[in-house]
Amino acid sequence: MYLDYVIRRFSITLLVFVLAVSINFALPRLTPGDPVEQQLNQLISTSSGSIGDVKAIVESYRARFGLDQPVWRQYLDYWGMVLRLDLGFSLANYPERVGESIAAAMPWTLGLLGMATLLSFAVGTLMGGMLAWPRVPRWIGWFAAPFLVLSAIPYFLIGVVLLFVGAIVYRIFPAGGGFPFDMTPGFDAATILGIAWHATLPALSIILAQIGAWAIGMRGMIVSVLGEDYIMLAEAKGLSQRRIFLWYAVRNALLPQLTKLALTLGHLVSGAILVEVIFSYPGMGYRLYQAIQSKDFFVIQGIVLILSMSIALTMFILDLIYPLIDPRITNKRS
Amino acid sequence: MSAPILEIENLSVRYRTPKGPAFAVDSIGFNLMPRERFGLVGESGSGKSTTVLALMRMIRPPGEIAAQHMRLDGRDILALSAEELRRTRFARMSLVPQGAMSSLNPVLTIGAQFADLFAAHAQKSDTTRIAKLLARVGLPAQVANRFPHELSGGMKQRVCIALAIALTPAVILADEPTSALDVVVQKQVLATLGRVQQEIGAAIILIGHDMALMAHFVDRIGVMYAGRLVETGPVRSVFAAPKHPYTKMLIGALPSLTARRAFQGIPGVPPSLTDRPPGCPFQTRCPAAQERCRIEAPALRAIGAAHETACHFAEAA
Repeated sequence: MYLDYVIRRFSITLLVFVLAVSINFALPRLTPGDPVEQQLNQLISTSSGSIGDVKAIVESYRARFGLDQPVWRQYLDYWGMVLRLDLGFSLANYPERVGESIAAAMPWTLGLLGMATLLSFAVGTLMGGMLAWPRVPRWIGWFAAPFLVLSAIPYFLIGVVLLFVGAIVYRIFPAGGGFPFDMTPGFDAATILGIAWHATLPALSIILAQIGAWAIGMRGMIVSVLGEDYIMLAEAKGLSQRRIFLWYAVRNALLPQLTKLALTLGHLVSGAILVEVIFSYPGMGYRLYQAIQSKDFFVIQGIVLILSMSIALTMFILDLIYPLIDPRITNKRS
Repeated sequence: MSAPILEIENLSVRYRTPKGPAFAVDSIGFNLMPRERFGLVGESGSGKSTTVLALMRMIRPPGEIAAQHMRLDGRDILALSAEELRRTRFARMSLVPQGAMSSLNPVLTIGAQFADLFAAHAQKSDTTRIAKLLARVGLPAQVANRFPHELSGGMKQRVCIALAIALTPAVILADEPTSALDVVVQKQVLATLGRVQQEIGAAIILIGHDMALMAHFVDRIGVMYAGRLVETGPVRSVFAAPKHPYTKMLIGALPSLTARRAFQGIPGVPPSLTDRPPGCPFQTRCPAAQERCRIEAPALRAIGAAHETACHFAEAA
């Protein structure tokens, strides 16, 4: 029965994959502006107008990137490349390969945003749960108002404020970059410390921006769970408050929060483009921002494809573990 | 005659509301003898469930419990510390909840929900012990490995009964344990409840609004109206000779197999709990209300052998 379920979920994931690749192929070609012209304009402006036979250059560019082929041919070629995990070349930074570019940016984003998201999820969810619980220390309640305010402030605004205060006014933290300029990264304490030092402000802006939403969402869930009969019976059974809170209230209230977490993790890359831009953090968001500015088709396509795949994949993984978290799911036949 | 297991004197539960205190339960008192079956009946909002929750000290703010005393085994429940109260719950006085369908944690197996009960009361839990308890309520041992959503409503209620007798309490509070079940299952579940209650020698307070079901099950009955106990007595004597007009009308409203007649209800609605008129709470609906009823609230007083009622004119009936 579980296998059935896995197969069903997997075919949905496959369908998402096909749609993502197709839309991803079509979208940049539907936007106004020609990437080759863009490149040539740049070339012309930098070389004071004399670049020889423009027509020939355009032709060779189009031929090199396969843009002279009919669209259906380009589409099939694109599929071939995607399946070979070859995402082509960057138009702006030729001959850099898109795959390499993404591979270099990916760890930064996963590290920064993954950690920040998981941390704010864990702390926010627990705090939110306690905010709604009747028998908790009084000081927990003081967090309610700040959480509400924080959840209303966009993360890039918090980022700008943190950058101004922490890096410009007080100069405690660096204003940008992933690690110190004068350092060759290696697997040692200095590197890790340097990376952590650079990640503090961007991570903090994401944590501060997200924690309120997690806390408020969880508080609402706990409030509705509190009215459930099983909480009443658990209390009547003489269970400890801790047991009731964690295993009866949080355990049941967590389910929607986990769905939200999976979605947030899937959106990691796109979710915080502005944070990476503000802190010039060498992650995927910053790379995507650069690519969009220079109309770098293949990099945009590559990043967006990775992004949609990561969402599809996290949803698939979530679907796989959901029956373990909520035993009622497997039996629901769609 | 042995001492009562549960002695309640002047128990009130009130909720603070913007319109003033609302008395959900208003100075009620009764005793429960060991092994006795006591039934509490009354319409919705009359305070039956609140009484049971108050006995477990599970009234949530803004509700408040006040009582002269509320003794279980001679110890005042209201004087227990939080930890003593926690250890008393289910060990000495257990609860069969009203909403059996939703009273079990959906993400834990039935076995785990027995195990945490045992763990909370520092008792050993093993599969044979759980299997024995399940067998007592007529369920197979495999139920321990099931999740609540895999059981029927009747099975869930049986699980709740098995939980309630797991620590052999002296008192079982059963809050409309069958109201969510269909009529056939109702009878079976109630029979099971009665059997295990006798086996472990517990007293039981059964709450319900089904007078007929109640009459078959309990020894003694208490009728509640607007938070007050208006009549208590042996079930036979209350049914044969009800003294309070409300009880009379309740019994009169029961459909009869022999006499075919128009279905009777009780006209009117109970008074608001926040804005109560002086005098008898039933005066607005009572066909026999007199001037005195509007001024003076009747107290519960003895009217026959173990039969008490709160009506000025009980003798006139």
